[in-house]
Amino acid sequence: SSHEHKLNFRKSKEACLSYIQDALLQKQWKRAAEFLTCYVESLEKDYSREHIGPSEMIWRIGTEILWHHSQSSMKEFNCFMEQMKTLGVKRYLKVCLEHVFHLLCNGQIDEAYQNLSLAESWRFGEQTAIQDKEMKLIEAYRGLLDYYSWSKQKNILLEHSEDGFSDLAVEQEMHGFFRKAAVNLKEIIKIPGVWDVFVKCYVDLLEFYGDHNEARQVLNEYAYNSKFPANPNAHVYLYQFLKRQGESKKSLISALKILHDIVPSHELMIDFNTMLQKSKKRKKRRLGLEVIFAALDYAGWKENAKAWSCLARQVKQILISEKHLDWIKQEWNSRKDWWPAFHFSRYLAKRNWQEDKSLSYEKALVAGILLGKDCKYFKYVSHQGCKAQLKGFRMLKKFVNRHNPVYLRISG
Amino acid sequence: RDFNERCAQCSEVNWGLTDGGRFYCRSCHNVTERTREVVNTDFITNSRVQTISKGLRKEEKNDGGCEWYICEGFQLVLKKQAEALEALGVCPQMKDEVLCNFWRCYLQKSKQAYCKRPAGETIKTLSACESSTDVDSDPERPSLLRLLSLSESEGDLQTDCSFASSVSKVSESTSVYSGSVDGSLYLMKNQKEKLRMTMPMTLSFCYMALLWLREPITLSELLRFVVEGHIPYLNVFQHFPEKMKLCGLDLRIFCVESWPVYEEVFNKTHELAAFLDLPRFPDITDSCFLHPDMLCMKYLMEANLPDELHNWTCRVVKKIGIGEVDFLTLMPGDKSTRKVKYDVLAAAVIVVVLKLLFLLDDHYEWLLSEFAEERNKNNTEGGPHFEFKKWYEVVKRSLDVEQRKLDEERAKYLWRCEKPLFYSVKNKSKALKRRQMVVNLQNQFGKLSGSVRRAEKPNPSSFQLSWSEENTDGSCFHGHSLKGVLQEKCGLLTAMNPDYWLCTVKLCNEKLCGHLAHYREVEFPQSYHFVLGLFSFLLRIQPSYIHDEVCMIEHKLFNKKLYKKLKYNTVLRK
Repeated sequence: SSHEHKLNFRKSKEACLSYIQDALLQKQWKRAAEFLTCYVESLEKDYSREHIGPSEMIWRIGTEILWHHSQSSMKEFNCFMEQMKTLGVKRYLKVCLEHVFHLLCNGQIDEAYQNLSLAESWRFGEQTAIQDKEMKLIEAYRGLLDYYSWSKQKNILLEHSEDGFSDLAVEQEMHGFFRKAAVNLKEIIKIPGVWDVFVKCYVDLLEFYGDHNEARQVLNEYAYNSKFPANPNAHVYLYQFLKRQGESKKSLISALKILHDIVPSHELMIDFNTMLQKSKKRKKRRLGLEVIFAALDYAGWKENAKAWSCLARQVKQILISEKHLDWIKQEWNSRKDWWPAFHFSRYLAKRNWQEDKSLSYEKALVAGILLGKDCKYFKYVSHQGCKAQLKGFRMLKKFVNRHNPVYLRISG
Repeated sequence: RDFNERCAQCSEVNWGLTDGGRFYCRSCHNVTERTREVVNTDFITNSRVQTISKGLRKEEKNDGGCEWYICEGFQLVLKKQAEALEALGVCPQMKDEVLCNFWRCYLQKSKQAYCKRPAGETIKTLSACESSTDVDSDPERPSLLRLLSLSESEGDLQTDCSFASSVSKVSESTSVYSGSVDGSLYLMKNQKEKLRMTMPMTLSFCYMALLWLREPITLSELLRFVVEGHIPYLNVFQHFPEKMKLCGLDLRIFCVESWPVYEEVFNKTHELAAFLDLPRFPDITDSCFLHPDMLCMKYLMEANLPDELHNWTCRVVKKIGIGEVDFLTLMPGDKSTRKVKYDVLAAAVIVVVLKLLFLLDDHYEWLLSEFAEERNKNNTEGGPHFEFKKWYEVVKRSLDVEQRKLDEERAKYLWRCEKPLFYSVKNKSKALKRRQMVVNLQNQFGKLSGSVRRAEKPNPSSFQLSWSEENTDGSCFHGHSLKGVLQEKCGLLTAMNPDYWLCTVKLCNEKLCGHLAHYREVEFPQSYHFVLGLFSFLLRIQPSYIHDEVCMIEHKLFNKKLYKKLKYNTVLRK
């Protein structure tokens, strides 16, 4: 017989780890520490074949415990991290970086900066080349902290200039930080990845010093280079930059197009629809309708009065022009089965009326057109609105009544 | 060494020293009465006397170590274990006489000492023919890894010569591969036929000695004491004297990283008894602790079952003849009889009795329990009737608590000790650094464990679960009556339960597939599984082993009926 139930070192430590895991998940830090104390002797065993060895386990678990345990101090935490740095040379830079993150979370910016500088100067034979990526990250974060210092100096400078005197020393320092920051930030964003915070900071620097071309190039690369992972923020940053630069509606629209494809529920969709609605091109207006319908598919938009007013405006416009009713029909086709329950239930009618009159107005308009004057939502809201003699509701009722036949054509 | 008398038997002057400090003649093994104070108190053993007297043992090496042989290490281990057992209450005879003699007998039979040409001698002769070249300089020398993997291969003296001479070195740098002189040789040669000594086997020696003396410790208890730390096993090498340096291959022999399993120790014990050509062991009679009647009583108490059940266990024991002296007493070398696991057997008897009285089919026992409950509510005179349901709830609660504690203990074992271990001089400094880091981390996180101090070793106790009749909450069932499940027929008390289900209709061939039956939890009633689980916890063995014994007992008990059935079947087929 094979005695698989035999208790040995490995099984005992596996069991120990699962107790630690349970304790961590339940935030029982004392208990986790108790079991970790028993686990640490795993360091003396050779686990070279395992995917994650004991030294990495101990580093990660120990960090969690020391970070959250009530009796643990920052001093102890730092001491532990230093020990962990000596444990595995292959992980040295990673440990340094995570240590820095913790210091930043604790507000110890200076210590974080010191650690980053120290890590930057680390050399260890061929490991230096192997851990090249981590090194780039470390340089990038130091660049980030340099940016932060630059930003502080900039604010001081602005304050002083408001008060009417210039400070050369501060200005020099500020430029110094700029140079240091720019070098490192530029490096990291060359590598494909998600670098939102670095990109934003770098662009901020470039804009301040007037290098708009470089800024535009950086943002374009970040948004459109296929090597970089799809990132909605990249498009948002580009759009915001172009807006700041006063670019044409055409380029603004093209910047937001991909954002709509990736994140149809993005908050910028309102801006997008507004621009598209006003366009002279038919295709763009068609897209606008698609965009606003798509946004309202998402639960987070249900009570967004602005979004509903966009939709209402466009639908009304189409009805009055008596052209392109088929657009509405197309959009409504895939939604007619579930939008009524999703947006236009009697319950929602009551609630919307109670909480937000303007919201219910816009929604009632849309409901009345799409579902006809006899639909629950429209009936309730328009009745309430007329009863309360609120402005516009009588017009609303008239409008919908007049265009009622349209609903039949849409839903057919 | 300065004893120059001629031997009375063979007239030679060729003396060695036995363990007890007596002179013996190396030519004819005649032991004299002349004793000699053990001069060298650093070493407990003088079993390697032949090499000692040749003056080859070097006391002082560069690191303060000296030559030592693997069996000396084991001798130390056994000594420590015997001392611990003595502290637990075992009679001193065990250490001073029984275990000692078994060990000496083993050394002799395995040709490691007390015989004409001990196996270790080959090292001496080989090192003489060894060239003076260094191990590392010859690229053809087998690597250590290959050497270890070759442990199964049989080699003639020539090939042994080349292997041994390449690795084991009696001179300066022995410590590269093993601190002991014969560590590598020990692991390498196929010692199967000579029953190579291992750490689990030390427990087999202990058990054998305990059995010989019929001490009241079962094998499962022995193993439990080992795991609880009352008997040295893990890291016992840290008690070796300073001069006995342990490193390299020695670690593979002495550093265990698993707890030995009942079956392992049990089987080895019997192999050992046969190997040593021991005679029939002292009789196990019905006044012995190991007799099923006695053990049943103990386990019934521990399982919180009514004392009245003891009558039934005795009846079953008697009926199937497992209380007979010849059945219970160990006869080494007798391959025809199945070896008796006293503790498992007693537990299985109890399980069978429970099945006889309560059926344990997940229906009947609860029905009986309901009747008993009714009766107990309406009639409180004459003591309570045993209610299976109540018993189940009480025992399950305690069992769950203890099992949870045990599981946590298992996860918290510390396997290493202060003495750092390293395989070669090369990683000595790395090992020391690691050890230091481990100690630091243990201190750091130990402080954060809060007030949870690791409890001191609990005092060794024979009972893991205890139930007191003084408890007014009615959680002790010892005094409860079985009246509700029994009836009288022809002046004899029998069970009300008319049925019985066999665990298996046909027994497997144990020699072929290792078990008498194959236990799968899902195929059996939950109550049966619970009862197996209870004893599995108490004895610290897998439920399947108890299940095997239950099957064996059932087949003995219902032998006639089964035989009839088979006969009937064959008649039909014709």
